[in-house]
Amino acid sequence: MSGASTSRLRAQVGPTASAGRIWGMVLRYWYVIRSSWPRTAELIYWPLVQMLMWGFLQIYLAQTTSFAGKAAGLFIGGVLLWDILVRSQLGFAVAFLEEIWSRNLGHLMMSPLRPTELVTALTIVSLVKLLVAMVPVALLAYLFFDFNVLSLGIAFAAFFANLVIMSWSLGLVSTGVVLRWGLGAESFAWLIAFVFLPLSCVYYPVTTLPGWLQPVALALPPTYVFEGLRAIVLNGAFDAQLMVKAFVLNLIYFALGFAAFAYFLHRARVQGSLVQMGE
Amino acid sequence: MYQADGGRAPPVEVRALRKMYGEVVAVDGIGFSLQAGTITALLGGNGAGKTTTIAMLMGLVVPTSGDVRVFGADMARERHKVLHRMNFESPYVDVPMRLTVRQNLEVFGRLYGVRDLRGRIGEVAQELRLTDLLDRPYGKLSAGQKTRVSLAKALVNAPELLLLDEPTASLDPDTADWVRSRLEDYRQTHAATVVLASHNMSEVERLAGRVIMLEKGRIIADETPQALIGRFGRTNLEEVFLAIARRGADDAELRS
Repeated sequence: MSGASTSRLRAQVGPTASAGRIWGMVLRYWYVIRSSWPRTAELIYWPLVQMLMWGFLQIYLAQTTSFAGKAAGLFIGGVLLWDILVRSQLGFAVAFLEEIWSRNLGHLMMSPLRPTELVTALTIVSLVKLLVAMVPVALLAYLFFDFNVLSLGIAFAAFFANLVIMSWSLGLVSTGVVLRWGLGAESFAWLIAFVFLPLSCVYYPVTTLPGWLQPVALALPPTYVFEGLRAIVLNGAFDAQLMVKAFVLNLIYFALGFAAFAYFLHRARVQGSLVQMGE
Repeated sequence: MYQADGGRAPPVEVRALRKMYGEVVAVDGIGFSLQAGTITALLGGNGAGKTTTIAMLMGLVVPTSGDVRVFGADMARERHKVLHRMNFESPYVDVPMRLTVRQNLEVFGRLYGVRDLRGRIGEVAQELRLTDLLDRPYGKLSAGQKTRVSLAKALVNAPELLLLDEPTASLDPDTADWVRSRLEDYRQTHAATVVLASHNMSEVERLAGRVIMLEKGRIIADETPQALIGRFGRTNLEEVFLAIARRGADDAELRS
């Protein structure tokens, strides 16, 4: 085996190397998405089914009740925004699960890839997957149900950002749990977001919940997003304060999520579970 | 390139290394130091502590006590300073199946910060006879081809320290022999340090200049293969391994 010149083989270090590692991981997940059309179809499938079901339900309700007629877009907007949270969290978590399914985690964990770089790559990939899933669905909502998500303007940007940051926090916790307990905890990664479906008041106002449960709902960033959506649809008003509250909560949740991920990774190194997952 | 040691510390230095999983002692106070440019075999039966030791060399498992230094860096705390100078190959750890060979090498090349990545991929592909396979998915290759790809992944950053876990397991004798030749070549041309865990004693005899034998997490022999064979009055390492495996772990002679 011939020896190559040492200077040419010298590894990159510093920010360039860090960016290269993040890009390497993004490429790795992109190649997986690209290699399998059923996986791409799977990204779009559930949001599409949900959109059709809630869209037709809303049409039916609008024909039979005056409230639903007045609140056109409430269900469709809710399902669209909810899917942003779920799809982004799943995009994050499933990209990580790919490493365990393909028995590649060991290689990654013994490479120079740092946890922050892995997390950055997973957030980028979750955004890419989200775009692949949601652009066709948003288009469908516009064409079939006359709901243009972009008509929400700046509010949509605020809703989107808050939901995506929350999804990353959930992604961090769920992947941390899988790191620590292995594939036995895989269902946690698939289901974690759904705990927040009733608590975030996606389809009804916070006041619908019993009094003791309302503080729990108000401690969750998505609740403010869905309250904000209702304020726009029902009153035509964008409440920026709701979004600021959601953003502050999101910063706390993201910090806690990263701390949980780092803790579970450390525990996995202490317990030796990374070796078992890698083989 | 970061040199934790300024280039002077031994590639691997292990001191009083101990790892417990709950009440189970996996590695029990071992210590050794490796010289640059050598091949050292870690031997032992199942559960002897080889995998845990290698995992601690890579910083994948945190020791309960003692320490592992690679190029002077403490692998429990500062492994990221030296990980780009190491690499690992095992037939039991796959690379992503859906990615082509080229895509896999590209991804790992980026993770290891390889300069002139395209050139380096072409080089290792040629050296390991993978050029014609570069655009085929890894998952569709034969066992022998997969091993060559894993080896290419392990060599893509031209590591100074190469850790190999049964590198020729499941290969036919001809391919296994070819892989051993490539490994010998690599060590010579790059002055690389190689740690080899293997159950194939003829492979160890051929490749390794030093054998560290583990049993129940302890080192029970540490010498050249020839010295070990001579001390036991056997004709090859396989017979020595069987003799040791069938003796008690507390044999005082072996611990001397």
